[in-house]
Amino acid sequence: MSNATNDTQEKSFLGLLLTAGCDSFPQALWRSLIAAVWFVFLTFPIMVIRVNTIEHTVVWHWQRMGYVAVGIFFGSFVWRWLLARKELKKDAASRESKAESLLTRIQNNPTSKYLLLALIALLAVAGPMKFSLFGSKLQLLNLYQTNIMISCLVYIVLGLGLNIVVGLAGLLDLGYVAFYGVGAYAYALCNMHWGVGFWAMLPVGAVLGALLGLLLGFPVLRLKGDYLAIVTLGFGEIIRLVLENWGDVTMGPSGISNIDRPALFGIKLGIIGSTHYMYYIMIGLLVLTIFCVNRLQNSRIGRAWLALREDEIACQAMGIDKVKTKLMAFALGATWAGMAGVVFAAKTTFINPASFTFWESAIILSIVVIGGMGSIRGVIAGAVILILVPEYLRDFAQFRMLLFGSIMVVVMVFRPQGLISAKRKLYTYQAKPAGAANE
Amino acid sequence: MNNPVLNVNNVSKDFGGIRALDEVDLVVGDKEIVALIGPNGAGKTTFFNCITGIYVPTSGDVLIDPEGTGSPLRVNGKKPNVVTELGMARTFQNIRLFPSMTALENVMIGTHCRTRSSVWGAVSRNRATRREEQAVIQKSYELLRLVGLEDLVNELASNIPYGKQRRLEIARALATDPFLLLLDEPAAGMNPHETKELEGLILEIRETFGISVMLIEHDMKMVMSVSDRIYVLDYGRMIADGTPREIAENPEVIKAYLGEEHDD
Repeated sequence: MSNATNDTQEKSFLGLLLTAGCDSFPQALWRSLIAAVWFVFLTFPIMVIRVNTIEHTVVWHWQRMGYVAVGIFFGSFVWRWLLARKELKKDAASRESKAESLLTRIQNNPTSKYLLLALIALLAVAGPMKFSLFGSKLQLLNLYQTNIMISCLVYIVLGLGLNIVVGLAGLLDLGYVAFYGVGAYAYALCNMHWGVGFWAMLPVGAVLGALLGLLLGFPVLRLKGDYLAIVTLGFGEIIRLVLENWGDVTMGPSGISNIDRPALFGIKLGIIGSTHYMYYIMIGLLVLTIFCVNRLQNSRIGRAWLALREDEIACQAMGIDKVKTKLMAFALGATWAGMAGVVFAAKTTFINPASFTFWESAIILSIVVIGGMGSIRGVIAGAVILILVPEYLRDFAQFRMLLFGSIMVVVMVFRPQGLISAKRKLYTYQAKPAGAANE
Repeated sequence: MNNPVLNVNNVSKDFGGIRALDEVDLVVGDKEIVALIGPNGAGKTTFFNCITGIYVPTSGDVLIDPEGTGSPLRVNGKKPNVVTELGMARTFQNIRLFPSMTALENVMIGTHCRTRSSVWGAVSRNRATRREEQAVIQKSYELLRLVGLEDLVNELASNIPYGKQRRLEIARALATDPFLLLLDEPAAGMNPHETKELEGLILEIRETFGISVMLIEHDMKMVMSVSDRIYVLDYGRMIADGTPREIAENPEVIKAYLGEEHDD
């Protein structure tokens, strides 16, 4: 084994690239050839066959087959090289990536930490504003981008909420979107029937989410892992089906429209004004979420959640009430989804059950897993990638979701612990003088 | 023996048709170190699981009386966390630490049932919570120092060497402020030197905290030197109890360990 490692170290960069993960160059050549043929076969229907729906003819793009084959043939060398490099790195003591260690260094130094935070806050606040800098007009986010940023912020809040349940307490919840939907419908219905305002419904949404979290928590107390996932999946579907079929109350699949946007001290704002207002509301809600989740995860309760995730039997044997801890995780996780739901309804002014399908739950779960379970910074990074990337990939039209899927696969292969993995807090304590410790 | 803190009467445990424990009696006195020995599969760990609430005994009573009031409390059927809160803390035969938490955090978990800060306390981080948190950190650190892990305070539990993981489990159990510490094979996987140190630690724990210790152990040298009394379990029945000297000379115990002679 050590011999092999030495060999690879002595090889030139080109040699490494050509034979990484294989015994010899011909073998590498053969593998790349197989990969190329396989991908040509896989992508044949989407790359080569194009149906022209206007003239009802099928157009064959044979040249694309060649592009795929060549691309994959050379790409597979790089892929194997990256994999081999990752294997080598795993042996090294530090598994932290360069970006991560930079982030840690910035966080450990108070000056740079507050400087970075101030910069982020400045950019966040300045986002949708118009400036004139040195005579030129400057705007970081136009209306379209501001709208995307709002949904990104909503997903960060959702991700942070689910992070409590999945990342900290280790309870795999596939029906998280149910709480989101209930928050949204609560605002929409109360607004439609009684004209209840956004600010009054925000806390109500939070409480409703928490109550529903408890309601889901009770029957699944005994379950864990795959079984829990199936039951929560069913729960999410039940809520969606109720919303879809209880037409008298929820208006069924046609949904509820004309939901009020939040008013600023009783003044109704125009589209641009209310979009900007919504953006700042979401920034505020996100700051509140980060503040609460951060404090929770480093508290007595947060430690109990981690213990529950790590070893349920030992956790109980150490005096932690499993029932209470699990219910608390479900309730506190769902709280944020309830609030995010109210914001979502107010932002889009129209909701229907199609916004609360299993796909949403899957996306929120992916945000938590790809970002890094139990890590606040990770969840933020995950949401930014998973929500913004598909938007910016719109240039690639029909290949958008294909690329999106590939990005998810690549992240999981190279960083199975998530983009930014969770770090445990290091506590300070008063050590006894050296003399006493030596006794 | 002075007043008993743990009194186990006629406890039996059936798994389907198999009787794992058969009318077992056992008493642990105040500040006493009691060992439970027996061949593999005798039911020692089942016994631990029965008295700590992980299993519910089929019949019999588990009574505790930590204060020496004379009116003991029946604990069988209570949940494990309630039993721990009442003052019986255990370690596990196959180490069950929380691997991705630091050593200090592992011990801090043990203080959970003795602290009260709530969700509101956690979010607002008010003065009571801060004070409680600081006290918990300090207490956990002192316990780590007691078991000799002061150099590994901020190390992840999974990165700590095996023998020290066992010590960490003991510190974690002690953090629950028990009156009785239950150790399931604490010396398993330790070398003779580490076992010797563990012996010293057990005696030190009894002195420092004034608590009783009950241990399951296969290392006879350690059992003989550390324990006040020994119980012997074989095929789910308690076949003998007494001082180390009595047990060493008991023919039934020798038979259980070495097997019967068939020639005569």
